[in-house]
Amino acid sequence: MKIILNIWRQKNSSSPGKMVRYELDKVNEHMSFLEMLDVLNEDLARKGEDPVAFEHDCREGICGCCGFMVNGIAHGPERSTTVCQLHMRHFRDGDELWLEPFRAKAFPVIKDLVVDRSAFDRVIAAGGYISINTGSAPEANSIPVERQRADRAMDAAACIGCGACVAACPNASASLFVSAKIAHLGLLPQGEPERDRRAVRMVLKMTEEGFGYCTNTGECEAICPKGVKIENIARMHRDFTRAVALYREASKAAGAH
Amino acid sequence: MGTIALNSGLERTAFFYQSVVGKKVVMAVTGCVLSLFVLGHMLGNLQVYQGAEKLNHYAALLQGLGGGLWVVRLVLLACAGLHVLSAYQLWRLKLDARPTPYIKKATVATTYAARTMIWSGPIVLAFIIYHLLHFTTGQAHPDFRHGDVYHNVIAGFSSPAASLFYIAANILLAFHLYHGVWSMFQTVGVNHPRYTPWLKRLSKAYAWVIGIGNVSIPLAVLTGIVK
Repeated sequence: MKIILNIWRQKNSSSPGKMVRYELDKVNEHMSFLEMLDVLNEDLARKGEDPVAFEHDCREGICGCCGFMVNGIAHGPERSTTVCQLHMRHFRDGDELWLEPFRAKAFPVIKDLVVDRSAFDRVIAAGGYISINTGSAPEANSIPVERQRADRAMDAAACIGCGACVAACPNASASLFVSAKIAHLGLLPQGEPERDRRAVRMVLKMTEEGFGYCTNTGECEAICPKGVKIENIARMHRDFTRAVALYREASKAAGAH
Repeated sequence: MGTIALNSGLERTAFFYQSVVGKKVVMAVTGCVLSLFVLGHMLGNLQVYQGAEKLNHYAALLQGLGGGLWVVRLVLLACAGLHVLSAYQLWRLKLDARPTPYIKKATVATTYAARTMIWSGPIVLAFIIYHLLHFTTGQAHPDFRHGDVYHNVIAGFSSPAASLFYIAANILLAFHLYHGVWSMFQTVGVNHPRYTPWLKRLSKAYAWVIGIGNVSIPLAVLTGIVK
């Protein structure tokens, strides 16, 4: 089948980019979207042109590396699918597709379809962890976890950090990503002790990194390849508000000056 | 909270408001007050269907509250002010958060009402200012008589231009509530798979009730049902 691609080409972060049109004649419907781009890149390399840069690693929808906009939808038209798991059989012969990088101030374009998502790492570093000594794995049943809580924590932990939620959000908000981590850790007994501190520090960092705010449109939840729910965002708002309202100064007996 | 020191209530409030979550919570709480006012205001106004005496009596009752009336007015003014201020600041943040727009952008889940909050809001604000000058202070009214609310309503809505503006603005208000009522629950942290579908239904019902109730009054005057 024939596919017409309009791809955002941008040499580096400081140069302006533009849409460039490519026509691919021999696209196989069994190809994944990224395999189609591999074919395009082989063509471009043969012609001595610069191949299209896009991120990819596992190509089985679990690593969170890939992701760009296909016709204005993060990861393309199929729901619960990363773009590496999107297959060409979902398109028709002669379709014209627009490929753009995820766009947000906090996600600057590095080249073509590749954006710098290290802002996510900095938000995680601000509080998305549990402060315990690491070592050999503890006995699995030493800390009981209620089944329902474990399931909800697991649903939130399904986030692969691809950034599609930011890309789809009309306000470039990172609320779904940040709240997924706050819910994942806060729901578990190991994460509960740092719940207040985590919510405050992560929300603060998210604001600082230049992500927008949540207007409850549900766009992120709809395109999330892992089906992470905006129920987590409600939990983040609750945790943050509670933490700020109930914050106490360190006690003198505990060594505060 | 480690490095964050919040020594006074004021610092705590400022810290809360500076975050994107705090601004949204302020918007939700003030939105809640304003939505409840809109419902009460509509229920009071529907007394226009019971005749001049009933409506004017109700107006006199409200005026008779004296100082209490001013307390309510000041609370509403503060809520409207904070609602608009947070909306403006968040709108600026939105522009900052995505400096390069998409060439092509599709929406998958966003409702028309959610997409147009930033338009329905300012238009409703402009309408409220006109509405106050029209029926409360009378400067924008062709034949304003203090205390005779029924007469003011009939005379005011006899102008098709004024009535059409009322109808359009109240349809926009209904759209604003359609997204806003559910949204305020989500923003303050109320979301549960069992109850959220009902909150969304409540939001839709609220919007329809307010929309139909408010639009019916100028429509009834224009069509001569109420005279």
